[in-house]
Amino acid sequence: MKKTSLTSSLYLTLVYLFFYTPIAVLIIYSFNDAKFSLLWHGFTWHWYQDLFNDNDLWAATWHSLLLGLSAATAASLIGLLSAVSLYRYRFFGRNFLNGLVFILILTPEIVTGAALLILFTLLQIHMGFITLFLSHASFCIPFVFVTVYSRLVSFDKNLFEAAKDLGACDWVIFKSIILPLLWPALFAGWLLSFTLSLDDVIISYFVAGPEFEILPLRIYSMVRSGIKPEINALCSVLFCLTLVLIILSQLSLKKKN
Amino acid sequence: MKLNPGFKILSLSLIWLWMSLFALLPLCLILIASLLSHNESHLMMRPFTFINYIQLYNHTYIRIFEKSFMIAGLATFACLLLGYPFAYLIARHQSRFKSVLLLLVIIPFWTSSLIRSYALIAIIKAKGILNAALLSLGIIHQPLSLLFTNDAVIIGLVYNLLPFMILPIMTNVERMDDRLIEAAYDLGSSKLYAFRKIIIPLTMPGIIAGCILVFLPAMTIFYIPDILGGAKSILLGNLIQNQFLIAQNWPMGSAVSIMLTLILISLIMIYAGVNHNQKKRGWL
Repeated sequence: MKKTSLTSSLYLTLVYLFFYTPIAVLIIYSFNDAKFSLLWHGFTWHWYQDLFNDNDLWAATWHSLLLGLSAATAASLIGLLSAVSLYRYRFFGRNFLNGLVFILILTPEIVTGAALLILFTLLQIHMGFITLFLSHASFCIPFVFVTVYSRLVSFDKNLFEAAKDLGACDWVIFKSIILPLLWPALFAGWLLSFTLSLDDVIISYFVAGPEFEILPLRIYSMVRSGIKPEINALCSVLFCLTLVLIILSQLSLKKKN
Repeated sequence: MKLNPGFKILSLSLIWLWMSLFALLPLCLILIASLLSHNESHLMMRPFTFINYIQLYNHTYIRIFEKSFMIAGLATFACLLLGYPFAYLIARHQSRFKSVLLLLVIIPFWTSSLIRSYALIAIIKAKGILNAALLSLGIIHQPLSLLFTNDAVIIGLVYNLLPFMILPIMTNVERMDDRLIEAAYDLGSSKLYAFRKIIIPLTMPGIIAGCILVFLPAMTIFYIPDILGGAKSILLGNLIQNQFLIAQNWPMGSAVSIMLTLILISLIMIYAGVNHNQKKRGWL
């Protein structure tokens, strides 16, 4: 095989620089001992201490984690059941349901957010955890569905027929055959939902209430007001945390292979 | 045969309940809302009217639609130009470090785009790193004022959405059969000709998937123009957000949302139709 040429290595390096320079600069400035200046004024932990002592921020973090865990779990459950039902059963409105999932994927996030805002206002549901939970679970369902369904299609259909012939009922087939086989896909869908929920700004912006503040919206309002260097520290911490999570998940995937 | 319909009924009713309440109903509601009127004391009220859609033909709204399509289109094009060679090189890279290189593409895909947009500010602001570097290299003599312009919005979109272009193209290139290219060379094709006639058509599904994945969010991520573009840059995403949360004109916001969704879905349908025909005729 040809070795990578100098020009292509240079090109790859430039794109990687484009990806990572802003993050690197952000992390470096989070240690800068100056409030506004871009010049280096010496090393400090000050902004990280501020961060650690910010109770509102801890509350927002806790809210976001709670929301992410519960929404991802609900989305995984419903996404899994939808994928399995659409795969196995013929029922009234099956094509319609299938179409609905794809319309959900294609609808721009901002439209989903606005539509849910109208729904919750009409139903007079108080904006807060409940509205965020329902919205996040709903926008994550298609992602779980697609991940799980594409795995289901790759199975041998005879497996289910054999189980049926041997007298297994639907619940047993689901529990002892489908679930163990689908486990990796389900986990991938869950993880994707969890990250999507933690990062979501657009939909949350429409359906969040003042009492239940979540991390992305707090970051958004901090970024817009701009001035506090504390936010550099916060973004650096979050970036490093995601980095660790990604590397761990990649390593665990590799082990399985 | 033992029939136990309990599981089937339970799961189907759960799905139907959820999907109709939180997927179908909201979409119907926004459609209905777009046909309602509004005044100071009511968010939405009867009579039913097409006035919101008629107002969309107003010069201001058409300008916003045009501008959003332009900016999203330019960002998509830039992602394609920048991402295609990158995806191609990574996919065909042969070394021990390939998995690390791959990981380095996946990381920006998974990290919060809000944080990454914020990180861009320090780079592109007037006294930022980019200007300092360009000035000291002597490439420019006056600092560029990028921040709070449309260019900044495009840079922000490209920076955030580039992985969505790279990943599908990369998967496509990896699946490509190298022998086809070798055969073309053996038959005397030039590099450029083989690229145009073989590599591009074979990776077309990846290119189109990447373009859709970049173009759709580019139209509506309202926080990127908000952070990087300043007040001057009102795009469709910002318009919808404004109508709903600031101007409190829900019927108008709904009409813009419906219009946007219809345009995007018809774009995808056109693509699906073209794709279908081309499959019938064969790509080459």
